[in-house]
Amino acid sequence: MEKVKKGVRLDHISKIYKDPKTDKEFYAVKDTSLDIEPGSFVTLLGPSGCGKTTTLRMIAGFESPDEGEIYLGDEPINELTPDKRDTAMVFQSYALLPHYNVFDNVAYGLKLRKVPQAEIKERVSRVLGLVELEGMESRMTNQLSGGQQQRVALARALVIEPSVLLFDEPLSNLDAKLRVTMRTEIRRIQQEVGITAIYVTHDQSEAMALSDNIIIMSKGVVEQMGSPQEIYYHPKNEFVADFIGEANFLPGDYIGKPGKTIVLRPESGYLADEGGLPCKVVLSAFMGSYQNYHVMVGEHLVKLQEYNPKNKKIYNVGDECCLVFEEANVHLLEA
Amino acid sequence: MAQSKQGAALDRKKLLADPIMVTTIVLLITFLTLFVLYPLAILLVDSFVGDGSFGLSIFKRIFNMPSFTKAIGNTLKIGFVVGIASTLIGLLFAYVEVYVRMGKLTGGLFKVVSMLPVVSPPFVLSLSMIMLFGKAGIITRYLLHIYDNSVYGYWGIVIVQTLTFFPVCYMMLKGLLRNIDPSLEEAARDMGASRFKVFTSVTLPLILPGLGNAFLVTFIESIADFANPMIIGGSYDTLATTIYLQITGAYDKPGAAAMAVVLLCITLMMFGVQKYYLEKKTAATLTGKASRARMLIEDKSVRLPLTILCSLVASFVILMYICVPIGSLFPTWGYSFFPFTFKWYQLVFTRYKGFKAFKDSFVLSFISAPITALLSMIISYLVVKRNFKGKGFIEAVSMLAMAVPGTVLGVGYIRGFAGGVFHTGFLEELYGTAAILVIVFVVRSLPTGTRSGISALRQIDKSIEESAYDMGANSFKVFMTVTLPLIKDSFLSGLVTSFVRSITAISAIILLVTPQFLLITVQINEFAEKGSYGLACAFATILILITYGAVLLMNLFIKHFGTSKALKED
Repeated sequence: MEKVKKGVRLDHISKIYKDPKTDKEFYAVKDTSLDIEPGSFVTLLGPSGCGKTTTLRMIAGFESPDEGEIYLGDEPINELTPDKRDTAMVFQSYALLPHYNVFDNVAYGLKLRKVPQAEIKERVSRVLGLVELEGMESRMTNQLSGGQQQRVALARALVIEPSVLLFDEPLSNLDAKLRVTMRTEIRRIQQEVGITAIYVTHDQSEAMALSDNIIIMSKGVVEQMGSPQEIYYHPKNEFVADFIGEANFLPGDYIGKPGKTIVLRPESGYLADEGGLPCKVVLSAFMGSYQNYHVMVGEHLVKLQEYNPKNKKIYNVGDECCLVFEEANVHLLEA
Repeated sequence: MAQSKQGAALDRKKLLADPIMVTTIVLLITFLTLFVLYPLAILLVDSFVGDGSFGLSIFKRIFNMPSFTKAIGNTLKIGFVVGIASTLIGLLFAYVEVYVRMGKLTGGLFKVVSMLPVVSPPFVLSLSMIMLFGKAGIITRYLLHIYDNSVYGYWGIVIVQTLTFFPVCYMMLKGLLRNIDPSLEEAARDMGASRFKVFTSVTLPLILPGLGNAFLVTFIESIADFANPMIIGGSYDTLATTIYLQITGAYDKPGAAAMAVVLLCITLMMFGVQKYYLEKKTAATLTGKASRARMLIEDKSVRLPLTILCSLVASFVILMYICVPIGSLFPTWGYSFFPFTFKWYQLVFTRYKGFKAFKDSFVLSFISAPITALLSMIISYLVVKRNFKGKGFIEAVSMLAMAVPGTVLGVGYIRGFAGGVFHTGFLEELYGTAAILVIVFVVRSLPTGTRSGISALRQIDKSIEESAYDMGANSFKVFMTVTLPLIKDSFLSGLVTSFVRSITAISAIILLVTPQFLLITVQINEFAEKGSYGLACAFATILILITYGAVLLMNLFIKHFGTSKALKED
């Protein structure tokens, strides 16, 4: 049963909350418009409190937007309750039903849809195969590891074949190594099924590894939307530049471009005895794969990472030297 | 931000798209309004306009009755003394349990003491008090040879109520003490404070709001108590008994209504302080969990006197409870004790329609228990997990029922339903039926059930239910397939608690019961008042057996079908 892929469109969406302490209203999400293409993997990325989870919960239907309309495909869905929306969510805490075993957890949504018994069996075992949990059907969920529980949660969402998969920081409860494995898994399965996926995280490497497109949010507003490369190399403002990867900011005057701000990534510059901006080393530390420097250019602190330090000259704290970078490797912002 | 209405409007629309949820909410609000708020409101109406014109004339009249003003004084005095005594004894027990290494025997005694008040009818202690210390008391007359000791009156009530209510304080304070981080006290010890100094300068200040809380809860229970003052009060009247007599003796219904308003005002005030001031403060001072296990006090000079003292009190309480079954076997109360006989039981079942009494009580409680349990779980679900207009109302009113003394509710029902709602004849046929008795049982047990349901539901991650909702289950499906199974234990214990509460209830029901129903508690009260203690004891013993059986059955059930088991099996 091939399903028509559907995108998600947010049309000037706002959500207003009341601060319980001051009783003042504020925008959790403000005038946000997004167009998420069918079959793409899109990540909402931002610091905590930026409105990314609220946006996701509005798409799922748990929260109602105060302004604007949400579309699934071409259909406006503002008035639909979560059970009537063709979305499925993978929760941060997995949210498996603790009184059911793996099979019943995955079959839950199918039973509600009155799918015939035989087909339920067939579909559940197929999806469990997809997440590599064959043979675990009769386990209770508390007998599974965190990673396995997350796979069950994913299988449960996949099995009902929703138009859109929603992920609410699904990996944040796993340890670092498992996180990396699981995110590759998620990407593989999403591409295999070809489903539209919206993924919320505050972890930029997760966003980079997973997404076709990243949406950077801050304080309820979308700062930038684009491919990982676009966002890394052409950040629209200092917030985006600083949030994705590390960034040093220098006034454009240094390269004869007054009124601009230079965005210098730590790996884009290096130290030399002469030929760049004069600077003074204030920190020098060997990190294995790179040498970590903090240098002062005038009153600006610049952080550098020089890879393969073994065959390079090492500068020590107090050394006076020069910071060198090529203009093609930096990005300029309007100051 | 004028447009913020859209979100609320959408939420409302989503709610309306869920007919089962809307029906449930509407029914709940109707139920609570009709059977909790309306009877209280009618009391107000009655006491201000009961004799034709609006005004304070009825209040003037009742405050001119010396018996009434005296009853207010008596009630407050008893409430105060019982509150303090119960809190202190409760604190002693809690402290010993949490801080002192105890033997197995003492531990067992503690457990029994904490469970007894749950399973026993309210007036059991009064009966045994009379039996042990009364004019013909086993201890006073036959051991000490005091022939004119009177237990009736102030001291009788104080002692009996204290022994009845202190286990509640003990359980409350135990939880609080457990939450104190031992390192706080260890730090104080380390800086050179003696154990006593640690107690007065660290432990006590930390649980002070909790102590106030325990005091007020007991205070409310004490002034609302009807059964004990009725049996052991003698001529020492409290508000609850005065109101009862005003209706059954003087047939002065407006007067009783006004008195009920006065009693209600007192309990509501205390309840307000307890709920909105002390409960918050308690939570604020003691938030976290203890970081690790506490070093128990092994020191004999502390341990021995404390455990002995507690064991003595506990044994005494247990002795009091055992007295009733034994007393039911005496041939003649207070005169001949041997040989034991079953003649009172025979009389209960032959001459005094015991079988019908047990059947009526049992059936009514058996019907009301599942209703209460289900209703309180639904209320807790709505309060904890859902957002809608009217949620505050549902929560507030179901908690309010906790502060309403049974006697007040009883008077409210008489005034509110005897001639139909607002004396219009609407729902008139309800009055005097089994249905209204069941409703009273439900309303009386609802707050306890709701409270335990709310705390059980707060433990469950909100996203578990959201995930089911997201998978396509509507509210009803979510409640039935996820919520209820997850709080099965709490549901079961709510079921049994409300059964036990109903079958042992008397204060409201005694005002409403009509001759076609014989209720055990009412029978016990009648026989105790007549002085037929043998019969009262026989009735009470069977009642204890029933309630104890119900609790045993519940524990068995939870053990075999409880949530924890289901999660363990493969």
